[in-house]
Amino acid sequence: MTRAVTVVATGPLALIEDLGRPGNAHLGVPPSGALDQPSLRLANRLVGNHEGAAGIESVLGGLALRAEVSCTVAVTGPSVPVTVAGRGCDSHTPLHVGAGEIVAIGSPRAGLRCYVAVSGGFAVPVRLGSRSTDVLSGIGAPLKVGDVLPLGVPAGPPMGEDAVPPPSPADQLTIPIRLGPREDWFADPVAQFARLTWAVSPESNRVGLRLLGEPLARVPEFAGRELASEGVVTGAVQVPASGRPVIFLADHPTTGGYPVIGVVDRLAELAQARPGTRIRFRVVQQSSC
Amino acid sequence: MRLRRCGADAVLVELDSLTEVAAARAVLSGLPDVVDVVPAARTVLASFPAGVGAIRLVRAALEGVDLSVAPAVESRTVIIPAVYDGPDLELVATTAGTTVDDVVAMHSEADYTVAFCGFSPGFAYLTGLPEPLRQARLDTPRTRVPVGSIGVAGEFTGVYPRASPGGWRLLGRLADDAEPLFDPDRTPAALLTPGDRVRFEASR
Repeated sequence: MTRAVTVVATGPLALIEDLGRPGNAHLGVPPSGALDQPSLRLANRLVGNHEGAAGIESVLGGLALRAEVSCTVAVTGPSVPVTVAGRGCDSHTPLHVGAGEIVAIGSPRAGLRCYVAVSGGFAVPVRLGSRSTDVLSGIGAPLKVGDVLPLGVPAGPPMGEDAVPPPSPADQLTIPIRLGPREDWFADPVAQFARLTWAVSPESNRVGLRLLGEPLARVPEFAGRELASEGVVTGAVQVPASGRPVIFLADHPTTGGYPVIGVVDRLAELAQARPGTRIRFRVVQQSSC
Repeated sequence: MRLRRCGADAVLVELDSLTEVAAARAVLSGLPDVVDVVPAARTVLASFPAGVGAIRLVRAALEGVDLSVAPAVESRTVIIPAVYDGPDLELVATTAGTTVDDVVAMHSEADYTVAFCGFSPGFAYLTGLPEPLRQARLDTPRTRVPVGSIGVAGEFTGVYPRASPGGWRLLGRLADDAEPLFDPDRTPAALLTPGDRVRFEASR
């Protein structure tokens, strides 16, 4: 039997992700990759892989895989129930799965995205330097029941320690933001951010975290103004005509025609923010240009 | 030129013309640490690994550079076989005050340059469009533009790499034997990259 696992159940959405394909933005191709990179790196370390090996990003769990060969599996992200051949096991620790056994992930009580690494990593085809599925570009596709995912060669033995405590996603986040490049389009952004709270919209996805709540007000001279499309980075907080911010995540369009008021870098926490999570921004002072 | 911060590790360079954009892109693409350089109509975005000091690197790289001269870099020429049977040919001809045949001749005889890419993977904004073909977008964008459609909008012409909504006036489409604009399983995945020269070859 070739080294592989077979997808038995997918849950709401399961995608192959590694650390992405930065360096292709000039072609219109986003970086993609795991949204919660520390969790993917940890899962890989636990099973003895290189940190950047491809794993599965599972939205709200419900994923089940049948091991066609014996392998080591680790599940990270928020704390989540895991079973191997029906036996209850822990997340955040290496699990031995025998040939023919099924490893199944339940639903996380908090948070959104679990990460599954298997010894050897998923050896799906590399496209533009990465195995990541990119929902914006249509590179790769969500996993389906019956998919057979080949495994690579294990790089080393699984990490020795017994368990790593999982993070506990909060229902309220205060995210540091660095203003710019287009903060001058907005009326006193520091004061607006001090006053306003938003909620994560259920329409959020890997392209962006959409926020619901009061609009950010522009200064009068920029009201109704259009911006020529310009390059945007992951973590950019773009403010469309509605005034309700969108935080660009890994599969974001590489250019955008709405002003970016600021940029955030706590992307792993945002990746775990369920719809309804309350979001505030705290402006970080920067040394002047 | 003005530098604007995009977080701790990227800088947006604001410029006055596509020539300056091309010049700044060439300089920034040559920096050893740079991760991404994204040209657009009047800006170039340069991003770097965390903590290397993006703003300092960009300022030092562009200091004293004459951006009014397009970079003298070797560029390749890509020929795109085209079929001119688009739904907006008549509209474009009427707006230009000429005939459909003349629109096709103008579009297929011009030399274009990829100024930048964006909108979707492999979508290249080509400059060099003859003046009469520089026309406004459709008042009502189409909800679905077929893959391979060739359109014009403002100073740009371009080819849709995949079906998507769009407001460009459509002159035609890629010929059946043309290479797709974007194919993640091909190397290189994108047919066109900033700086490439492009010609359309009419096949009917």
